[in-house]
Amino acid sequence: MTKRRNLAPWLLVLPSALYLAVFFATPMAQSFALALQDSAGSWSLESVQLMLGDPDFGRAVSATLTLLVLVIPIQLALALAMAIVINKRLRGTSLWLYCYALPLAISELAAGIVWVSIFTQRGWLNSILQSLGILDRGVIWMSGESYWMLIGIIVVAEAWRATSIMMIILVAGLQSIPDEYLEAAEVYGASLWQRIRRVILPMLRPSLQVALILRVILAIQVFATAVALAGTGLTVMSQQALDWANDIDNDNVAAAWAGLMLVISLTATVGILWLLPVREEQRQ
Amino acid sequence: MSEIRLERIVKTFKDVRAVDDVSLTVAQGEFMVLLGPSGCGKTTLLRSIAGLEDIDAGRVVIGGRDVTELPPRARRVAMVFQSYAVFPHMSVFENIAFGLRMSKVEKTTLTRRVRSAAELLHIEALLDRYPSQVSGGQRQRIAVARAIAMEPDVLLMDEPLSNLDALLRLEMRAELKRLLNEIGSTTVYVTHDQVEAMSMGDRIAVMRAGRILQLGDPLTIYQTPVDRFVGGFIGSPPMNFLPATVRDGGDGLRAEVQDAGSLRLDGTAAWLTGRIGQAVTMGVRAEDIDVVEDGGADGVLRGRILVVEPLGSHDLLTVRLGESRLKVATRPGIALRADDPVVLRPQVERLVWLDPESDRALERPASAA
Repeated sequence: MTKRRNLAPWLLVLPSALYLAVFFATPMAQSFALALQDSAGSWSLESVQLMLGDPDFGRAVSATLTLLVLVIPIQLALALAMAIVINKRLRGTSLWLYCYALPLAISELAAGIVWVSIFTQRGWLNSILQSLGILDRGVIWMSGESYWMLIGIIVVAEAWRATSIMMIILVAGLQSIPDEYLEAAEVYGASLWQRIRRVILPMLRPSLQVALILRVILAIQVFATAVALAGTGLTVMSQQALDWANDIDNDNVAAAWAGLMLVISLTATVGILWLLPVREEQRQ
Repeated sequence: MSEIRLERIVKTFKDVRAVDDVSLTVAQGEFMVLLGPSGCGKTTLLRSIAGLEDIDAGRVVIGGRDVTELPPRARRVAMVFQSYAVFPHMSVFENIAFGLRMSKVEKTTLTRRVRSAAELLHIEALLDRYPSQVSGGQRQRIAVARAIAMEPDVLLMDEPLSNLDALLRLEMRAELKRLLNEIGSTTVYVTHDQVEAMSMGDRIAVMRAGRILQLGDPLTIYQTPVDRFVGGFIGSPPMNFLPATVRDGGDGLRAEVQDAGSLRLDGTAAWLTGRIGQAVTMGVRAEDIDVVEDGGADGVLRGRILVVEPLGSHDLLTVRLGESRLKVATRPGIALRADDPVVLRPQVERLVWLDPESDRALERPASAA
């Protein structure tokens, strides 16, 4: 009897453990193994050295991290503001929620193409600016020569596309904060900004953790938006992995890229957990 | 200076008038209790004073200042919430200091006021802990300390004791009363617990369906409720109500209770003369009924005991009297049991008379008072 009871939790965990082992742990181990072999299949650091020696290596890593560093704070601020507005439960709130969440339903590539149609030389932005008389001729926004312009455009598109996933996590988090905390803060003299800083943000920590980790990992994997908007004008890390696998036909270096992205994601996750600890004594 | 004046407050939620044209003045330093069943509008009224509800009509004046349009933080009130709303991510010290920090109180003053508030509530040993590390009762003390550290002119309390267990509630009730006496804030205290209201309030406003039914000091409300609802709501057990008819007994007025007997109404109830032949409702408190020996006496009510509940300090009898039941409190250890006949003599001068149609107390002519 006792024995069977001790077995029960393990049996319950088994299906998901199997799933993770087959579909995540195994490919991950294989990918690391690939990265640590040369193309002939013997163990060596050749693939990693090839990746590091690639002239595009620095550009891809810095473009990806630059995008991440720019887009995450913008998304965090926007998502928080949107979540607070929605949590006010004003009239028409659910309509706002749907509007905000709509980009979630659009594929990354489609979203990228939509933004291309906005920023292209004969696109929406130029048309509007011209018809308003602000511009005489269309500006070439997406030129390969202007790196920072491309970065800016991708940041805007990514902010539009992927802010709502953060927002939805934060809305859920906000709704779990009882109103009386905010009311108490209000009665005791806290302004809106003080309420955000002293009550909402600290109590939202668990949700902030999740939202940040999720978004940072996805930002490290940024791909389709960048490809659609920048083409060859700018290269990101996933692009490099793809190029090495498809164009150069070297799975080992592609695996090295994948491994690098994993290591960066892992580091970022640990960093976020360390920066935003949720201490046991602070819990409800 | 910090009198609270509420003028014709109206607050509607969808189709429900939660607060329906309520006016109330709480004097400087007074302890006012808003008492009523859930949904009577007492909490909404309190929240209107705090500014946590936008009222649809009326004015809130605190200390001569019209604060109707001001946000909560500009009203200079302190509030203790039902759930305490003690911030889980701040230490006890920071919780108590919260309001002082918001109003940028200078550091040494802040520390002194936090410490003295904590001492008043006997939680000075907990200042470094977090709320999750202290008991529910201590969290409640933190919430009160946070309020009194503000040295507020106006203190609002929303059922502060309702989440405590019975023993702790009894203890905190007395302690809060002592504390509030000491600091002398004008206090508005919401509760649905009539014992709390009776024991703590200088005055009680009994509310129902968004209106104040009766406003007065606890004893007056207890002894002379304005209607059947108030009499039934205040007191444990609730006031008994018996249907009766006013008769001219030849030797004076009598109130006849069907199948039970009739009471001689002399002195204080003589003003019922105008009601001869009419039905009335007689209200009587359980402790205002004496159990007497049956000597074939006149002016008593005869019934049969249904239940005897020995409660230590007294015995509580449930008696069937004609068609009615009533509760009678007697000295403990009474030698009566269920099914025994019993003879009751209510103290006539303590009776309350109501109109059976409206359930409102009959107006006693001023000359007879």
